[in-house]
Amino acid sequence: MSLLPQQIVYGLLVGSLYGLAATGLSLVFGVLKILNVAHGELIMLGGYASFWIVALLDVDPFLSLLFTLPVMLVVGFFLYHGLFTFVAASAEEARIRNSLLIGFGLALVFHNLAILLWTADERGITTAYSGQVIRVLGLAFPIMRLGGLAAAFLVILGLHGFLHRTYLGKAIRATAEDWEAAALMGINIDTTYRVAFAVSVATAGIAGTLVTIGYSVSPSIGLEWTLKALIVVVLAGLGSMMGTFVGGLLLGVAESASTILLGGAYREVVGLILFLVILLARPQGLFGR
Amino acid sequence: MMTRPRLTPLLAFVVLVCLTLVPLVTTRSDHLNLLILILLGVLLAQSWNILAGFAGQINLGHAAFFGLGALTTRLLWLEGWPIALALSAGGVMALLFGLLIGAPAFRLRGAYFAIGTLGLAEILRITVGNLLPVISAMPADYVARYSLIPRYYLFLGLAGLCTATSWLLGRSRLGYGLLALREDEDAAEASGVSTLRHKLLALSLSTLFVGIAGGAFAFYHASYYYQHPFSPSWTFEALLMTFIGGVGTPVGPILGAIFYVVVKEVLAVRLLEMHLLIFGSIFILVVLVLPGGLIQAATRLRGWLPSGGSRRWGQP
Repeated sequence: MSLLPQQIVYGLLVGSLYGLAATGLSLVFGVLKILNVAHGELIMLGGYASFWIVALLDVDPFLSLLFTLPVMLVVGFFLYHGLFTFVAASAEEARIRNSLLIGFGLALVFHNLAILLWTADERGITTAYSGQVIRVLGLAFPIMRLGGLAAAFLVILGLHGFLHRTYLGKAIRATAEDWEAAALMGINIDTTYRVAFAVSVATAGIAGTLVTIGYSVSPSIGLEWTLKALIVVVLAGLGSMMGTFVGGLLLGVAESASTILLGGAYREVVGLILFLVILLARPQGLFGR
Repeated sequence: MMTRPRLTPLLAFVVLVCLTLVPLVTTRSDHLNLLILILLGVLLAQSWNILAGFAGQINLGHAAFFGLGALTTRLLWLEGWPIALALSAGGVMALLFGLLIGAPAFRLRGAYFAIGTLGLAEILRITVGNLLPVISAMPADYVARYSLIPRYYLFLGLAGLCTATSWLLGRSRLGYGLLALREDEDAAEASGVSTLRHKLLALSLSTLFVGIAGGAFAFYHASYYYQHPFSPSWTFEALLMTFIGGVGTPVGPILGAIFYVVVKEVLAVRLLEMHLLIFGSIFILVVLVLPGGLIQAATRLRGWLPSGGSRRWGQP
């Protein structure tokens, strides 16, 4: 009887990570007007960063974020300066095309680099309290995934605050709205691009850490997470962090609920079909303007 | 000095004749298999190039259409259909799915087509893996009749046809329309080019060819997992070969396919996982600094040599 509610709980837990994964993609897509198809690979890298810091220093996995976050910011900085300045400098029409190509090449490089460095094995983080489950009304809440949901929500709340309360955040939103007008108002477009990109990579890193804590990481998870993030972006449209988070939760619940009807084998397909239908029927997203 | 339009068909003819004569010189299966791998690469890259190089539309789900062609052809052929009919059915099936995604996605600009095809490819890969999780093996009587030489000629003919199509496209009204929309959609539309119709025509040609290529793959392999032709690696290979060779030219995908397959074979002996890392890095470099690929590199070299060649060599 509690099958459906329990699946919904699992769906919400994983969906919060879909939402977090999508915010970074959505931010870069909205501000720089580029699509980074290597976003899933950045999530994978973040996951490995945390995995190694936990394995080597034996710190609490949630604390490993203190290490992963700066590392990913640096990665984001170098990626932007090495590759994406080129993309951002190209004309509007060529920008999407170039970003798709660069992202595709990056995904290939990161994926195979990870196999080479860390083998293709799946890895997870286990701690003393990993197996614990909180029970409420007969529903099971695995504590690690609950922590992941809380962390994801906090990050998105923080991001929302950053974009709405700070000067830099407002500058980023203005650039997303109309970069020419923003530039005329004295906003440094280059800075907003750089910050938006770095923040996007950092959120990917956090998402990777939470994925590794609650589930597992392997070099091949990249494409899957890129697709999840894309589905959520299409589902939620651009422009709202909270909308993106809710979109992630919706996708998670839709996937989990579908496993009751169709079994686990079609879990990935459900989201993708939803994605195609929305892409073709309502491309501005459910919550988009 | 000979100009390019005369040189290329002559050169192509000579190469084609040489390749046609190969089975008379050697029937060693390793030689023929290597050539088939290269020809399959040419087909994948050339068909992808028709849409990306001319129309500028990035298809991130080329494997979907390759897989559909393979699946359709294989099932029909094993049912007892003649192979020519089964191959055509495979091509048509790929084309229909191409239009299914292209017709709505091309109305919107930007990334919709790219991510739509990416999604479609994953849907098909997972679904086929679920419905047919087994290896497709040729029945014994098919194996008894198996011969490599007709497969070789099939791949050679298809690769030649696809290259000729790409070459003719570069000289046709349709091709000029595609180039115009690749450079600037608004300007093309304003000059009377129906961009939607042009994009759909290029997509049809591209998916038809890659669908038939998938069919040839199904005709060639004795046994494989039904899911295998849907793997994203087919899309990767098409992109890598096209860009490394030179996107938007008929010769680029051929050079890219030769380079890719040969280097991959050499690396596979020692470093199995290294080749995609290397090709991925080369690919990024090409996109960043050498958007014309190997062809552009050759042009630059020619430009530096005192004898000098046409600087426009290899430009579409």
